[in-house]
Formats: sequence, structure tokens, C-alpha cells
Amino acid sequence: MSATPAPTEAPVIDAPAQHGAVAHSDGDWANRAIPVQTRSERFSSTDPAAFPAVTGREVDWKLSPVPALRPLIDGPLDGSPYAYLARETPGATVEWVSPQHELVGTAGTPEDRASANAWSSVENVLLVTVSGDEPSSITIGRSGLDAAPRAGHTVIHATPNSSGLVILQNSGDAQLVENVEIIVDEGAHLTVVTVQEWNDGGIHLASHLARIGRDAQLKHFVVTLGGSIVRVNPSAHLADQGADADLNGVYFADAGQHLEQQVYVNHDAPSTKSRVNYKGALQGEGARTVWIGDVLIGRTAPGTDSYEQNRNLVLSEGTRADSIPNLEIETGDILGAGHASATGRFDDEHLFYLESRGIPEEEARRIVVLGFLSEIVQHIGEPALEERLIAALEAELADGAQARAEANAAGAPGRKARAPYVDSQPGAAVAVGTDHVTSEPDVAAGVTGEGTSPGGTH
Amino acid sequence: MSTLEIRDLQVSIDTEQGNKPILKGVDLTINKGEIHAVMGPNGSGKSTLAYTIAGHPRYKVDGGSIMLDGVEVLDMTVDERAKAGLFLAMQYPVEIPGVTVANFLRTAKTALDGEAPALRTWVKDLRQHMSDLKMDSSFAERNVNEGFSGGEKKRHEIMQLELLKPKFAILDETDSGLDVDALKIVSEGVNRAHAATDLGILMITHYTRILRYIKPDFVHVFVDGHVAEQGGPELADQLENEGYDRYVTAAAAAAAGA
Repeated sequence: MSATPAPTEAPVIDAPAQHGAVAHSDGDWANRAIPVQTRSERFSSTDPAAFPAVTGREVDWKLSPVPALRPLIDGPLDGSPYAYLARETPGATVEWVSPQHELVGTAGTPEDRASANAWSSVENVLLVTVSGDEPSSITIGRSGLDAAPRAGHTVIHATPNSSGLVILQNSGDAQLVENVEIIVDEGAHLTVVTVQEWNDGGIHLASHLARIGRDAQLKHFVVTLGGSIVRVNPSAHLADQGADADLNGVYFADAGQHLEQQVYVNHDAPSTKSRVNYKGALQGEGARTVWIGDVLIGRTAPGTDSYEQNRNLVLSEGTRADSIPNLEIETGDILGAGHASATGRFDDEHLFYLESRGIPEEEARRIVVLGFLSEIVQHIGEPALEERLIAALEAELADGAQARAEANAAGAPGRKARAPYVDSQPGAAVAVGTDHVTSEPDVAAGVTGEGTSPGGTH
Repeated sequence: MSTLEIRDLQVSIDTEQGNKPILKGVDLTINKGEIHAVMGPNGSGKSTLAYTIAGHPRYKVDGGSIMLDGVEVLDMTVDERAKAGLFLAMQYPVEIPGVTVANFLRTAKTALDGEAPALRTWVKDLRQHMSDLKMDSSFAERNVNEGFSGGEKKRHEIMQLELLKPKFAILDETDSGLDVDALKIVSEGVNRAHAATDLGILMITHYTRILRYIKPDFVHVFVDGHVAEQGGPELADQLENEGYDRYVTAAAAAAAGA
């Protein structure tokens, strides 16, 4: 099978619209503001001044609330060391090192201006090392940050053939922009869990830059529950043969919360594997989530096995979920590559099944949502953390149930005609050998208002 | 004595082509301990009857009543119907991701009884019911219906029937898609529940095969949204030999004449 390079120049389409059909705005190649480029050619630098000023129209900023993020993107940042609480087992260590440390910059380079701003502002870098033959674990708790703009930089290093679990536990106030480099040396198995349970006003931008070595595996989890704007962008560079990335996320957006994740998997070596699975729930006026999943299978990556999916459960009116999977394939010699995205309401049949066994509607909802989200949590493989996160998800749900009960008591109408705004746009798949590409178009865009019926009006 | 009494039940569904009547005046009375078989061709409205009794929101009741011991079932929410003693064994039970069978059953039992079952007897009961239905003990830790075979789904439905102990059970084509061994296991479960709690059963089926294992007291032939004929077990034998053609033809003729 011949390998054709991905198109870097946009084809010009000037055929007249037929039958009244108007070309989709995304297809207006001739007048696109942003030239088509492969994901690997995105600009990167550690110098914020090297990036053009952020306008909010950029592909990686256009779904983010840029005005509220200005201090982190452009402003001066406090880059001094901060207080943290570490709990570790033998084999795991944590220490402050200089930004000139040899490991800094080996996992990746910032791809946006805020990330570069943080990179160039930090005075020290927190180095977490996992080593030794026995599995080790470390939890780093940050709860003492304040609301002033601050930069952070963490390097997590798993030495060859080591095995470890690193939990970044975030709570309290924050206005933080940070880079987290993750270096998984050959044969190492590393799990990284970042938990965002910030206070209501918390603002957090994070770029996780991972480099995964030969026959090494990274299991990565982004768990976001608290904060006003939280954007965590993990990118995994499968740099050597047999590297494996298992990237997961679970998020629960309440009224007014903006929770975003831009995931990037770069298959850059033979026989690499990736799985991306993000699940979210949205509840309350103005709850907003964004998921962008870019997967690039380069010419250097024959025998790749890749699958990414994002699923969102919309629990109330007035929410918006963006879900954008992009798959770019430059070689025909792959095992599999697929993507799926679905955003929808409760499945009536789930509720009916549980209710028909005597379980009241509110309890049935709780069970279904918790079941939906807990799939991700149960994949972490750390029982104590899993239990705590399930409890945290239950608390999020209980808040929503109470709000619904109050709304019903206040005589709010049971059903509203307006459907939640659901935007889901599968990206263009540049595919050579399309027989290897599976794309599940089970995208439920513009879900109608049926489905949630507060009160027993069946 | 407990009685489930369906009177002149009229039900329609909303389709893209508009409102479509399905049930056109169903009359049926089931007393506690009785086994009624409702038989009919595809599309006659058998499953609509089952789901309407259970309260599925898709079905719109246009008239008639369903009384359970003198109380109107149609006024109840879905979970209230279960609490009143009605149970529907579904033809296509849905998968519920992330919810284990053990968790689901315990939650249902707790909801129905108003208190959590005592842990020790509960675990013992669950094991017993699973072993009665020849289900592996790992079953309890699997997610509800997820990756279950057709036979496993039906056994899971009947396990719930035995565990939740309703007054009346509606079995919606519980026999469909089962091989003979699975059909025997499932039928034994239904017969056990019947014997244990004097369960009233409304058994909806397309085929007479299950009637060899579960003996009905009454047989109703269901055609075009209503009961076209009723009788004893001998009616099933007649259907086995003659099929539904006679009723379908009659219904078509009536429709043409109308």
C-alpha cells in the first residue's frame, strides 16, 4: 500500500452549491483563517514572546474563555516554589530542582503562549522520581496556593523498568498555569492521576507533556470536579517502539463551570498503542465542557493501534458540550484507528428499567450517572482513591438532585422546549487505507428535549 | 385475593407518521395464582400491553383502566407500580454500564421493601437464586446485562422475579431466543416463583413451545390490539396446529368491512 503525505496545502473548492445546499463553514478551504497543517507542525517554543498575541480565534483557544485567562496568558506570574504536602512510599521521591536540570524540556515544548509564559517564569521545578523494582506511589497535595497568578513546573520521571503511581491532588484557591512533564523511560509503567477539586473561583491551565519510551506505558487520568475554569491539555509522544498511552478523563461541570481538555497523541514509532477515553457530565445553567482529541499516526509509526472516544451526559438545560475528535493518519500500515464521540441525554430505557424494579426516579438517575462516570474511575487501579472519587461524584450528583427538587418545588415547568446546545464536529480524517479507519458517527447533535421528566408524569 | 383487572384499555404511540392506535379495548382479568398465556402474531400489540402495564412513557393511554386490588395502576409512576406488586420480565433488557448486578439487585430490593435486606441472608438468598438458575457466581459482579448472552439476560430477569417477589408478573416473550436447555431453566424459575408466592402470571408469547414447561390456566388469542378469543389450555394446542391465520384473516376482513 502506498503512503501519501498528508495534504499541507488546502484544496480549493469552488463548485457551486447545489440544490440550495450551502458549503459548511469549516469546508471553506479557500478562505480559512488557519491553514491546514498536520498536528505535529504546530508551533512550539519556551518563549512566550515567540507566540503571536492570543486573540481567542486560534484553534486551541477558540473554545476557551480567553478574557478571564489573560493574566495567565500574558501577565506576570509568581514563579517561586510553593508549599505542597507529599506522601510517598519507598522508591518515590520529590524535590525542588533548577529549571536548568537536565530532564527539564526532555518531554516536550510548550505549544501555547500560556504554557510558555509558565515555562519561562518558574524559579524552580518540582522533580518527582519513581524508581526501583518494586511498585511505588506518591501523592502530592497542593491546597495552599492563593488567588494571585502563579506559574508551576513539575517533572515526573519514571526510571527504566520502574513502576509507580503519582497522584497530583489539587484543592483550595488557585490561579495557576503550569507544565507537567512526564518522562516514562523504557519498560517503565507509570500511572499519573491529576485531580482538580479547586474552590469555586479556581482557575487552572495545565499542559501535560509526556514522552513514552520503548515498551513503556503511561496510564494518565484527568479528574476535574472543582474550579471555575480548568483546562488540562495532556499530550503523549509515543517516541519509541512498543510505547503505550492510556489516557483517561472524567469531569463533572456544574452551573457556570468551564472544564476543558485538549488531548494529543503522537504515534511516532512502530507498534505503538493508544487508548483515549474521556467521559463527562454537565448539570446546571452555563455548565460548559470542551474536549478536543487529536491523534496523529505518523509515517514513522507502522503497526499502530489507536482508539479515542469522548462521551458526555447532559443532565439539565442550559449546558454546552463541545466534543471534537481529530484523526490524522499518514501511513497505511496500521492495526487500527478509530474515534467516537457522543453527547446526549439520559437514556429513557435505562431509567425505565431501574424504575420498573421499584427504584425511584431520582435514585435511578443517580445510579445511571454514577455508573456512566465510574467506568473511568474504576480503571485507575487504586482502591482508596477510587472510593474517594466515587464519593466526590456522588456529592456532585446530590447537589444537582437538590437543585432539581427546589426547582420543582418552586413550580418550575417540568419540561422546557429548549434543547441543550450540543456541538459535536468530528474532524477531518486524513486517511490512507481507509479500510483501517473506523469512525463511529453516533454523534447526537441537537438532541431533542425528550428524556428528562422531573416528577412522575409518565 | 389479589386481582389485576384490565378494562377496555386503549393505547397509542406517537410515530413520525402521527398518532397510531395499538391497543383497541383490551379486557383481561388475572387472579392471584393464575397463569394466563397471551398469544398472538407479531405486531398484534402484545408487548405494548406488557409495557403499558409497567408504565413505559412511550405508550399513551387513551382510555380504559388497569386496577390492582381496586387501585388504579395508570395513576402510578413506574416505581410505584413495582412497589404495588407488578413486575415486567423484559424481552430486551437494557445494558446499564458501571452498575453491577449485586448493587442493582440490592438497591431494588431496598426500594421495594423500604429497608435494606439483612446482609447475611441477602448474600445467601442471592447465591441460592443464582445457583437455581445455573448462573456462575461471578455474575453478581458483572455490570447489569452488559455483555450478557440472550439466555443470560432472560435468566437475570427471572432471578429478579424470584428475588423481588411481586404479586403479578408479566413475562414479555421470555422464551424467545432461548435454546431448549435455557428454556427449561427459565421455566423452572417461573414455576418456582409461582409455587413460592402464588404469583399471578401474564405470559406473552408468540410460540406454544414454552407452554410445555409452564402450564397456563387460560389462553388468550391477541389479534389487532384486542383479545380475539379465549379459552383453556386446549386453545394453545389448536393454535399450535392451525396458527394465527384464521384470526388475522378475520381481523383483516373486519377492517376491510369497516
